[in-house]
Amino acid sequence: MSSSVEGGPRPPEVSANAYTEIQGSQRFQELKRRHRNIAFPLAGLFLGWYFLYVLLADYAHGFMSHKLAGNITVGLVLGLLQFVSTFAITTIYVSYANKHLDPLAEELRDELEGGAR
Amino acid sequence: MTALGTTAGLAAQTVGEPAVNIAIFLVFVAVTMVIVYRASRNNATAADYYAAGRSFTGPQNGIAISGDYLSAASFLGIAGAIAINGYDGFLYSIGFLVAWLVALLLVAELLRNTGRFTMADVLSFRMRQKPVRTAAAITTLAVSFFYLVAQMAGAGGLVALLLGVESKTGQGVTIAVVGVVMIIYVLVGGMKGTTWVQIIKAALLITGAFIMTAWVLGKYGLNLSSLMGDAVAKGGETGPALLGPGKQFGLTGTSKLDFISLALALVLGTAGLPHVLMRFYTVPTAKEARRSVVWAIWLIGIFYLFTLVLGYGAGALVGPEKILAAPGKANSAAPLLAYELGGTLLLGIISAVAFATILAVVAGLTITASASFAHDVYANVIHHGKKTSEGSEVRVARITAVVIGAVSIVGGILALGQNIAFLVALAFAVAASANLPTILYSLYWRRFNTRGALWSMYGGLISCVTLIIFSPVVSGKPAPPGTTDSLSMIKDTSIDFHWFPLDNPGIVSIPLAFFLGWLGTMTSKDHNEEKYAEMEVRALTGAGSEKAVAH
Repeated sequence: MSSSVEGGPRPPEVSANAYTEIQGSQRFQELKRRHRNIAFPLAGLFLGWYFLYVLLADYAHGFMSHKLAGNITVGLVLGLLQFVSTFAITTIYVSYANKHLDPLAEELRDELEGGAR
Repeated sequence: MTALGTTAGLAAQTVGEPAVNIAIFLVFVAVTMVIVYRASRNNATAADYYAAGRSFTGPQNGIAISGDYLSAASFLGIAGAIAINGYDGFLYSIGFLVAWLVALLLVAELLRNTGRFTMADVLSFRMRQKPVRTAAAITTLAVSFFYLVAQMAGAGGLVALLLGVESKTGQGVTIAVVGVVMIIYVLVGGMKGTTWVQIIKAALLITGAFIMTAWVLGKYGLNLSSLMGDAVAKGGETGPALLGPGKQFGLTGTSKLDFISLALALVLGTAGLPHVLMRFYTVPTAKEARRSVVWAIWLIGIFYLFTLVLGYGAGALVGPEKILAAPGKANSAAPLLAYELGGTLLLGIISAVAFATILAVVAGLTITASASFAHDVYANVIHHGKKTSEGSEVRVARITAVVIGAVSIVGGILALGQNIAFLVALAFAVAASANLPTILYSLYWRRFNTRGALWSMYGGLISCVTLIIFSPVVSGKPAPPGTTDSLSMIKDTSIDFHWFPLDNPGIVSIPLAFFLGWLGTMTSKDHNEEKYAEMEVRALTGAGSEKAVAH
């Protein structure tokens, strides 16, 4: 993996044909499938859970103000769970990407950029 | 969005010792100036100036992102909103945080792999360059301008409380000083200097908030419930309402709908903020861009957990009455709490942090707006992407930064004492309507084309701004009992031309922009399959993407 190129920021040239070729390859389609299969469901999940929470906060005041212990309300717990779920989704995505996206992406990139040199 | 207001009240009574506050702030400026100067040595190419040579690590960039994102509105504004409105203030911070998942999952890495310096690089990648770049530059400038003016006016409001400067002239001078310091940061330090300012500010802000949080929790034996109990007791008649939602947004059916509209703009706006997007170009790879977002999410999340304690802490230890009587009203909750806890010194530190916050955010906005003008409009539209040397592009960016700085100083001074708190929400709404739909379509929808992008961006921007102009934030809000001035931007209650019922346009403008993007695309045959292949492969693999500069 080359993180720097001597003499300036210009990236290696890759021909347009090579892109089209790789795009049609099975490995690239697999990378795309993996990326979408993790990013889209997680995005749908957190958006759904966030808007459920927003609707509860907006229209279910009684439920959200219900005290569980002391002054700790259902709303506070659900709100804190939004933090927990955000941290959890972040961690899940990153470990998936490190394991299942990066190696394949790196392989394809090296092939493309190597071929252009 | 009044709770995030940054305008100064006229009531005059400062706390603490202005000289201490000023001294600590000057130390911050001096230290950052030295660092910015040192960072400026390697500012030769456009990649250096706009993207800091792509040499920051993920963690560094993540800290800088949180420094860029945690504006005065999220520190002073949210703590104040929680102190006054309890749970409803907390709702802001949740929206501001979860929004980062859009950036993490859908935008950051692909954007880093596809673009060079600006948001427009990505949006125009497989489209007709000129019209799409122009549109993206216009929305970038619009978002940056709304955000800048809000921050600048906030600086003016802050001095009333912290430095004892009450005259309009004095506040105007402060705004000018903030503007000039910001221009120097950007001119001398470029993106590298700006990034270091943001890193230092984020460290100060998060540390300061942590100390106050630990202090407050220590006073209550780490018992959040008894802290909240005290806030309720100090809150008087409406105290019990602090624990659940509804105190601010739950009053009427309209205000409930307004909250949904705000929530949409918050959650979808963040990943469309140009100054946030530009930060992803300062790292060498998409993997580092991902790490930056992870760091940003943890830091921002932890910071918002602190503000929850600070808000209820201010409610419990200072009390809403005293907060609302102070200049700056709700915004003074955190500074007043600092004074209550640690006296003059802690107040001085927190005040300086608040100023540092404004400086770091405005510097980030200014470099983004100037980069967009120089790179998108000057180099690629006026000069068709040829002919200009990178040197002349950077020169134009520097000149633009001065112009934008000057305009925002003037804008900030004109906005002093106005009800302009809606500008931050408006910036998010424009980002969510004009930018995000086009970003998502161009990264994920093969068929998407130039007409779709233009309709979506202009449609989102125009609908947002039009709805705001004819909304209650500009005219027609009633005056609070016992006063004569309307809470709208136009304070004369006899002027009322609003017909849109909500303060936040997102619920209309965001779906509209998505729809227009689809409609424009479907009514045009324009499509560049070759460029789409290149973009898709680049976005996912990083092949051909911009590399770090080797110095």
